[in-house]
Parts: sequence; C-alpha cells; structure tokens
Amino acid sequence: MSDSSARATIADRVAAATPVPVARRIRSLGDRAIAWLFIGPTILLLLAINIFPLIWTVYLSFTNYKANRSAPIRMVGTEHYSSILSDPDIWYSMQATAHFVFWTIVLETVIGFALAWLIDRKFRGHGIWTTIILLPMMLSPAVVGNFWKFLYEPQIGLFNYAVSFLTGVDRSSFQMLGDVALAPWAIVIVDVWMWTPYVMLICLAGLRSIPDHIYEAAEVDRASPWRQFWSITLPMALPFIMLAVLFRGIENFKMFDMVNLLTGGGPGSTTEVASITLKRDAFESWKTGYSSAFAIILFVAVFGLANIYVKALNRVKQR
Amino acid sequence: MSMPEVTAPAPKQSLATQLLRFRRGPWEWLATIVIALGVIMLMQPFSLFLYGWSFATIIVGTVMFTIVSHFPE
Repeated sequence: MSDSSARATIADRVAAATPVPVARRIRSLGDRAIAWLFIGPTILLLLAINIFPLIWTVYLSFTNYKANRSAPIRMVGTEHYSSILSDPDIWYSMQATAHFVFWTIVLETVIGFALAWLIDRKFRGHGIWTTIILLPMMLSPAVVGNFWKFLYEPQIGLFNYAVSFLTGVDRSSFQMLGDVALAPWAIVIVDVWMWTPYVMLICLAGLRSIPDHIYEAAEVDRASPWRQFWSITLPMALPFIMLAVLFRGIENFKMFDMVNLLTGGGPGSTTEVASITLKRDAFESWKTGYSSAFAIILFVAVFGLANIYVKALNRVKQR
Repeated sequence: MSMPEVTAPAPKQSLATQLLRFRRGPWEWLATIVIALGVIMLMQPFSLFLYGWSFATIIVGTVMFTIVSHFPE
C-alpha cells in the first residue's frame, strides 16, 4: 500500500468518526496537521500545569509576594536569593538533606547490588524471592511512613523490640523518631528498606546484560571468582549502578512525603530536609516570594543533576 | 593478494587541545564536573562561602551543559 493511500485511509477513518462539517475539514488536513491535532491538548496541558507555574515561580522569586496578604506586589530583585544563600538555617537543612542523600545512596547501592548479585544466580525459588524483595517498592510512601511510625513506637513498636532482643538494650530506653541522634538514621532506614529493591532491579538488569562468553573466557584463563568480579562484573555493571545512584540521588534530594510523615522535620530541626524547610517557609510562614526563590534554587540543582542523569542514561543505551 | 591497509592510531591529544576543537564529549564532561562541584558546594558542611557560591556554579554548569550538548560529536 502506498503512503498516499495509507494517509487517505487514516484521514477517512478519522473523518468517518466525526460530524460531517468537521469531517470535511479533516479530510483536507495533512499528516503533520493531524499529528499536531493529537498532541496539541497534551502540550497545552503541560504548558498549563508545568511551564506556566515554573515561569510564575521564577517571577514570584523576585517579588515580596505573600500568599496570605493582599498588599501590592513589589519587585525586590535578587534579595531572596542572596538571603537564602547566606542563611545558616537553610544551609543546615541542605546538610540534613546531604546526610540523608549520602547514606541512603551508599546503603541502597551496596545492599541493592549484593541482592542483585545473589538473585542473578539461578537457584530454586529465585522468582518468588525476587517478588518478595520487590514488595516494599510497590507500597505508597504514605502507607510506609505510617506503618514505620508504628514500628518505631518505643513501647509497642516491633523495631525497638527487635533491637532489644538482639542487643539486650531496654526497649523503652531509646526513641528512634524522638532522639536527635537517631531520628536522621530512622528515616535513612525506612528509605533504604523501601528503595533498595529498585536499585536491585537496575543492577540486576546490568548483571543480566553481561554476555556469558566473557565469563567462559575468564574461566579458560583460570581467573578466580574474585578476579572475575572485579575485572568483569563490576566494570560492566557500573553504568547501570551509576544510573541507579543518580536516580535515587535526584529522588532523595526532593524527598518530602516520608520525612513529613515520620518526623515532620523534628526533633527540633534535625531531620528538616530542604523540602520540609520549603514547605514551612511557603505554607507556615507564608513567605511566598522567599520560598519561590528557594524552590528555584532546588529546581536548578535537580535540573543540573538530571542533565548528568540523561548523559549516564545515554551511555547505558549505547552499550 | 593485497595486504590489508594498517592505519596508525591517532595521536593522543591533550585535554586543552580537545576542548579547543569544540567537540561535545570533553565539554560535556567539563560541564558535568562543574554541576557536580556546584551540588557538592551546596550540600557541604564546611564553608558558608562555598555554599553562597554554589547556586551560581550550578547555573554556570547547567547553562554550559545545555550549550555544549549542541556541539558536534
């Protein structure tokens, strides 16, 4: 079938399903025009819910606007940006974010890769084990936040009971969510529990992409399993590991829901990650212009990281 | 039977030479390093001065990345 007849068929089918006056107009449309007709609503929706709010936020970040006040808006230039970038409290919240991002990435990568390496070995029932390991990732962060809150309860929580059983420490002597030293680790544990399976999946894809003949050649050369791991497995799975690290890094940089449910930024401001500070500035202090500037700073950081992520993704695709 | 033509490997160029040729690869790496540096400056706990300049560094890196990704391969 020629291109023109195929085009005519599509146009005829679209025309047949539409009222007569519109159908007459559709028949005269070219391929490009029909394509625009289909993607037009999506582009409009994207402009309305993504691009316009972004441009509006950039505008607000240069003003003294407060959403709970009807006073006229005044331009303040880069005042908010300079005050955010010299504010020790915001700097502290960035450090809390860094602590969370660093430790979740390290633990998720190490445990995720180890699990992927084990699952990659064909053993009896590995399918069911894979499903069980993947379960936490499928839960909603709201559900996870709530039930870990119960698990961390010092009197009735299973976590304290398990720690007490294993170490002999009195189970009501420590509070995971109420202790300044333990609360940051409490949210790290929950994130690691929930997202390690995701890292495992990506690492598993990397391990399965390594051709068997490379290992066979290594066996012929009498390479030890340890040598095979360092010289074949790890280098060839590295682009996939990098992909997982970047993806989790970007996601955890923006982490809000789980931290908000578990600690709400407390005790004090120990677990006040950047997004919690942003929420407090925007919807508790109502410093809309100021929080818009903060949101833009976070957006630019995530956008920069996303560029690196896309570059890493392209490298993986080239393999 | 003619022998296959053996071509000598291209001489290795310095990073500066590679950058001066305005090719995508080395410039993208440079932009990536600048972005990563900016993110580290934003989140490090040592210097408020570095924190203050982090946003500018990330913006420079991101704009650079956007421009150099249009360079030829």
